[in-house]
Amino acid sequence: MRVALFVTCLVDQFYPNVAEAMIAVCNRLGVYVDFPEVQTCCGQPAFNSGYVDAARSSALTLLNAFSDYDYVISPSGSCTGMIHHYFAKLFDDNIVRREMAQDLACKTYEFSQFIVNVLGVTDLHAAFPYRVTYHPSCHASRLLGIRDEPLRLLEKVRGIELVELEHQEDCCGFGGTFAVKMADISAAMVSEKVEHVEATGAQVLVGTDMGCLMNIGGRLQREQKAVRVLHLAQLLAEGLLQSSSPKPEVAR
Amino acid sequence: MTTSSESLDLQDRARRALEDDFLRTAVRFTTDRLKTTRKTATEQLGRWEDWRERGRQIRAHTVSHLDHYLGLFATNARKAGARVHFAADAADAERVVLDIAKQQAAILVAKSKSMVTEEIHLNRHLEEHGIEVVETDLGEYIIQLAGEAPSHIIIPAIHKTREQIRELFAADGAEDLTTDTKALTAYARKRLRETFLQADIGITGCNFAIAESGSVVLFTNEGNGRMVSTLPKTHIVLMGMERIIPTLADLDVMANLLPRSATGQKLTTYMSIVTGPRKLEEQDGPDDLHIVILDNGRSRQLGDPEFQEILHCIRCGACLNVCPVYRHIGGHSYGSVYPGPIGAVLTPLLQEGPEFEELPYASSLCGACHEACPVKIPLHDMLAALRRRQVERGRGTRGERMAFRGFQMAFSNARRYRGTLRMARMAQAVFGIREGRIDAQFGALRGWTATRAAPALADKSFRERYASLEQDVAIGSSASGTVQTSGADGQLTVGKTEVNRDE
Repeated sequence: MRVALFVTCLVDQFYPNVAEAMIAVCNRLGVYVDFPEVQTCCGQPAFNSGYVDAARSSALTLLNAFSDYDYVISPSGSCTGMIHHYFAKLFDDNIVRREMAQDLACKTYEFSQFIVNVLGVTDLHAAFPYRVTYHPSCHASRLLGIRDEPLRLLEKVRGIELVELEHQEDCCGFGGTFAVKMADISAAMVSEKVEHVEATGAQVLVGTDMGCLMNIGGRLQREQKAVRVLHLAQLLAEGLLQSSSPKPEVAR
Repeated sequence: MTTSSESLDLQDRARRALEDDFLRTAVRFTTDRLKTTRKTATEQLGRWEDWRERGRQIRAHTVSHLDHYLGLFATNARKAGARVHFAADAADAERVVLDIAKQQAAILVAKSKSMVTEEIHLNRHLEEHGIEVVETDLGEYIIQLAGEAPSHIIIPAIHKTREQIRELFAADGAEDLTTDTKALTAYARKRLRETFLQADIGITGCNFAIAESGSVVLFTNEGNGRMVSTLPKTHIVLMGMERIIPTLADLDVMANLLPRSATGQKLTTYMSIVTGPRKLEEQDGPDDLHIVILDNGRSRQLGDPEFQEILHCIRCGACLNVCPVYRHIGGHSYGSVYPGPIGAVLTPLLQEGPEFEELPYASSLCGACHEACPVKIPLHDMLAALRRRQVERGRGTRGERMAFRGFQMAFSNARRYRGTLRMARMAQAVFGIREGRIDAQFGALRGWTATRAAPALADKSFRERYASLEQDVAIGSSASGTVQTSGADGQLTVGKTEVNRDE
């Protein structure tokens, strides 16, 4: 099984720790993760702003990067959703590329999907003794259809206290360029999200998309709230280190 | 070119709404309640996804054969005694209605709620010709008193608090009114009863038009639709040309989908099926029934693979109730007759031109609208497609065009991408970085940093760190050595892993 990481531009440039955490978790499960360097970005910022040619050019780097792999894993439900729902249409005028796009969509998984649905693992023997609330990202849940994979992983973490986020299904107001273009509306949305996060009394906010977490986290920082913001992979990787139980035994 | 004043318009209106605590409280309160009741109503029905799919199929079938069904509907409505008028645009429809009013020497029109009459600004037109128009839906009556437009397609006065309503009624002549719902509705009922009895013409919209029988179906909760369509001597129906469903059996599906999605009701309180005017042997009903079928930009969507589905909409308003943008800015901020996600798509499609160009940007593309839509219209995809259409037409600011040209240059090749970001990493120092974050509020960053901290680019990107990353597993290895892809379908078979699996 050849597994490649689609790191996403945001994680690559702003949050490399998230990618490393993903790899650490995969390694713990015996999976080596390759990183083909020709990849750049799924093109979503351009696509959602209407610049389809620009989106196509950068999406093409992913088609080329991952053609030789069995699985592609990504730390983002949104970027994975872009591949699943728009890549085939993006390359509609070129049959070879369209097929590459379809093939890529079939084998690309968001991190929690890969762990739970492909590897069939929910218990990582991790420990994380904190009060945690989970924000489901819109694109992960609505575009990609992730419902409970992250929660199934979280529920098995030792010592964790999961609290439900009120209005969790409401968008945090990120929306890529929306956050800048419609800054006031976006600010109102993220402020309400932060109110809800605060109301849970959680010490940690966890999610599956760094776009949303950058937004909510940026607002939490500005309001000087002491809530840690972590990607699911970071929480699990940290939980592996904290765990006193031995490395999960894998039949060889 | 998107003029800056237009982009300011939407944003100014939004800003004003965001500062209006009454508005935000009222909208939050009601949309929250509707979200909850909708959820309950769909769960109670069961197999909601199947119902949605059936609804989508009915709408898709009808709209893709709209010429046929419209013809069938018109023929059958005429057979039943109705007079059918086709109106190409708003002016056409207004002319038809005004002609009828003049023939009847009408001075008072009673109306039940209809978005399509809002779309063509019918009230204003009739009033300009000396005809008094009274809205008889409670919400519509309230905003008519306030001199406003509806801010929601189902709950026109969603933005009004009880106290504001009490004040409006007091100004209208109500004495000693409390903010109690019963007292408020009792006042409106008393006032409106006079209108029902005196009106020369009743004007209604149309929720569904049944092709096989030529019937018009009205859903109301207050019974006013029934009054308006039976008491005055003349009944005029205004309908968008896409309101058609083929058969009465299809109404079964729609009668489940619409009220549950709109208000969380199992069924609308009053459902009237009007087939022709009063027959000789009948007691109630108008002498004349006119049906005005409006195009007004709708037929332009037919055959457009990206936008034809917008004609599937059954106007339930569920997309407004779940939309986080609508939740914060309310309906009037959109500046269009149809607000919310449906309005942000429908308005620029029906009315091309610069006025509503900004609307497709009033969305974070979160997809909540699509998820809530009872006929599964991909509104979020349409919003993105409308943005693309604007870019193709050379709209969009110069700065934006340059930014994405730069994106295309840098992101189409990993080497250039790497180089560009390395330069950005050096350049970001001008913003001042503290503990990995940027708070400076100038330049392109301002929209973001005015309300939240921005992360700084990491000292080293992941791709620069990957080479030195140690992975304590063999290259190409998998979970247990027994996990393999099998066959061409890439399906995974997991072998005898014991500890890690939970099923």
